[in-house]
Amino acid sequence: MKETVTDIKDLDKELLGKLDEHIATLDLTRKEESLIPTLYKAQELFGYLPHNLQWHIARQLDLPSAHVNGVVTFYSFFSEEPMGKYTISVCMGTACFVKGADKVLDKILKLTGTQPNEMSEDGLFTVKDVRCIGACGLAPVLTINEKVYGNVTPDDMDEIIESYRKGAADDKDS
Amino acid sequence: MIKTAEALNKWKQTLINERAYRLELKICAGTSCISSDADLIVEMFEKKVAEHGLNCEIEVVKTGCFGFCGQGPILKIEPDNVTYVRVKLADVETIFNEHLLNGRKVYDLMYKNRDDEDPAESEAGMAFYQKQLRIALRNCGEINPEKIEDYVRNDGYKALADVLEQNDPEALIKTMRDSGLRGRGGGGFPTGLKWQFTRASKSDEKYVICNADEGDPGAFMDRSILEGDPHSVIEAMIINGFAIGASNGLIYIRAEYGLATRRLFTALQQARDKGLLGENILGSGFDFDIEVKLGAGAFVCGEETALIHSMEGHRGEPTTKPPFPSEVGFRGKPSNVNNVETYANIPEILNKGAEWFKSIGTRHSNGTKVFALAGNIRNIGLVEVPMGTTFEEIIYDIGGGIPGGKDIKAVQIGGPSGGVITKDKLDTPIDYDSLQEVGAMMGSGGMIIMDEDTDMVEISKFYLDFTQDESCGKCTPCRIGTKRMFEILERLTDMEGTPYDLELLETLSKNVQSASLCGLGQSAPNPVLSTMKFYRNEYEDYAHRRKKTAYSIDPEKCIGCTKCKRVCPVDCIDGKVREVHVITESKCIACGACYDACPVDAIVRP
Ligand SMILES: Cc1cc2nc3c(=O)[nH]c(=O)nc-3n(C[C@H](O)[C@H](O)[C@H](O)COP(=O)(O)O)c2cc1C
Ligand code: FES
Repeated sequence: MKETVTDIKDLDKELLGKLDEHIATLDLTRKEESLIPTLYKAQELFGYLPHNLQWHIARQLDLPSAHVNGVVTFYSFFSEEPMGKYTISVCMGTACFVKGADKVLDKILKLTGTQPNEMSEDGLFTVKDVRCIGACGLAPVLTINEKVYGNVTPDDMDEIIESYRKGAADDKDS
Repeated sequence: MIKTAEALNKWKQTLINERAYRLELKICAGTSCISSDADLIVEMFEKKVAEHGLNCEIEVVKTGCFGFCGQGPILKIEPDNVTYVRVKLADVETIFNEHLLNGRKVYDLMYKNRDDEDPAESEAGMAFYQKQLRIALRNCGEINPEKIEDYVRNDGYKALADVLEQNDPEALIKTMRDSGLRGRGGGGFPTGLKWQFTRASKSDEKYVICNADEGDPGAFMDRSILEGDPHSVIEAMIINGFAIGASNGLIYIRAEYGLATRRLFTALQQARDKGLLGENILGSGFDFDIEVKLGAGAFVCGEETALIHSMEGHRGEPTTKPPFPSEVGFRGKPSNVNNVETYANIPEILNKGAEWFKSIGTRHSNGTKVFALAGNIRNIGLVEVPMGTTFEEIIYDIGGGIPGGKDIKAVQIGGPSGGVITKDKLDTPIDYDSLQEVGAMMGSGGMIIMDEDTDMVEISKFYLDFTQDESCGKCTPCRIGTKRMFEILERLTDMEGTPYDLELLETLSKNVQSASLCGLGQSAPNPVLSTMKFYRNEYEDYAHRRKKTAYSIDPEKCIGCTKCKRVCPVDCIDGKVREVHVITESKCIACGACYDACPVDAIVRP
């Protein structure tokens, strides 16, 4: 079992401030309905939802932390683990699967040296398999952050992944 | 602000009269086409038009999806009635110079129904569109979804204005019932009846909920509608609110649908600014507003009770019905849940009348249905056909048949809750009842075509993997049952199964079907049962472990080109140049690389 950290002193104060500002704008007479939008905001700010952040949200919204954790773990959109700079979502919907998306996924996992939903060691990539993203005409499809790549083959991936590695390195230099 | 029905009509007339463009350039800006640079193409055309000072003559319109996604990006020029397909950045120059400036059509960029045929100039000549009838998709690809003016020009908000003017909710519900419209979200429940029930529930507050969670992996019509014609859904929801006596609407949309969500927000704001949403709509005294709720990635949230729990900030777990949402729904108040496509039909039904809608389709299934055509088929995309169209017509006339000269094996319909239609039943008309008769269901509209090489056991494993992953875990039959079923299928495909596994799988399927709490579990075994019924021999091949899993080479066809040998990732192919090659079957991992590489079809699939 992983130890549960409940102390919020490790969390970035500035981001926390922004989150609290957001919470202050919510109608807390319906605190439960405010939870999912708050989690969205928190994940947008912090990138993921560690336990201490969930505790903080539970206190701010005056909800049982078990309820908050229950919601976070139910929905696949929320992550309790840190995410890479680039999220590669490989569509495993029916149309893509039929066109060999599994082979593309395998290739990406090999290139990034990760398992699904784990961040790569360099902090650049998190690879996910997702359900139909509604671009079946281009199957197999994957997205890297917001950009959609269609008709991809395992061989295309070398170049695509490399371009993001390079992009990240250039970002650092500049 | 538009304050009366008359003012709305006047505005519409002005919009029509103001339109004095010589040419309109309609370019699809749906998700699929954007990923093939459609937005850059739009920008380039806009720039060119501006450079040549043609802003008053040529309008560049960013529209929603044309449906023919496999041929995207698509560009339509009106009134010349010319459609170009697979337009690339490099083609902009040609189209601009040739067609727009000089009026010469670019035949190379037109679609061909068959390679040896002349190109089809417009949609009328494209087999893909000939048997389609677009009602729910009527504005997709026609208007700019980010402009309320475009929607109003095409009779938008007219149905709402009429309904408010007549001020007779009972008559409105009667029209809805007479039209015969049934829910397009999967259940097929008569929409008018649902409205009537929700109207009959007594409460100080009621809600109208639009289900835009679209969970079926392989269906994307709801997203296309929201991206291409968001106002039609908004208009229908307001009408729904008036019918049942609700003043609040909610749209629950999938988190992944970023573009659709942004367009919805834009549309809602425009409707509010014009006084078509909010307080005292069109001066009628009726108030209605709509809020958007984002889903967070869970298939089961498409089920209406789970959806309501999710909107309330809970885990999206379903509860037993009754009580139905029409009695106890969001915040415990009566709520009317309808699907996006259901809503998109409504303004048109009211504009053209219940009789008109009823005359389309079959006796108990009226109107049209949108299908997402995918899999091993030539024309991939969204198609809308009258109920009663047969599978054959969709696959061969609209879909252009199976590519690569292969034969069809089956059609999967209804997604993870559906079943397969076998090759000999392709003449089945598609309507609610005929599908039930052949052991399938309408579902939300995913239609996957599978060719002769498809392994049906793998397909049912794929769907079960999905449902067991998405099972919310609340009830035991679904949580544990689907997992055990998946394990049996895995055992079979790993060649570790026994004939007894088939019996076990069947019994378990039936138990999960009858004992699960919600539709997810109740329908999860459908793909397994239906494939077991029609393709039992494939299951038996696995169960008796006589299924071949390695590729081989046909010595008659092999020309010894060495291509397969070079691509094999595990080096299990031997042979010299210009001599027949051989696969060592024990080493083959069945990746299929050789199959794709072979220029003469000499590789035999397992
Ligand atoms: C597991 C499950 C998933 C569902 N997913 C959806 C969905 O994604 N979209 C949808 O509109 N309806 C879905 N439904 C059906 C809804 O519960 C509900 O019947 C529908 O939204 C009612 O609208 P309609 O009458 O207009 O079809 C689902 C049902 C079940 C059991
Ligand atoms: S199945 Fe991949 S986009 Fe639809």
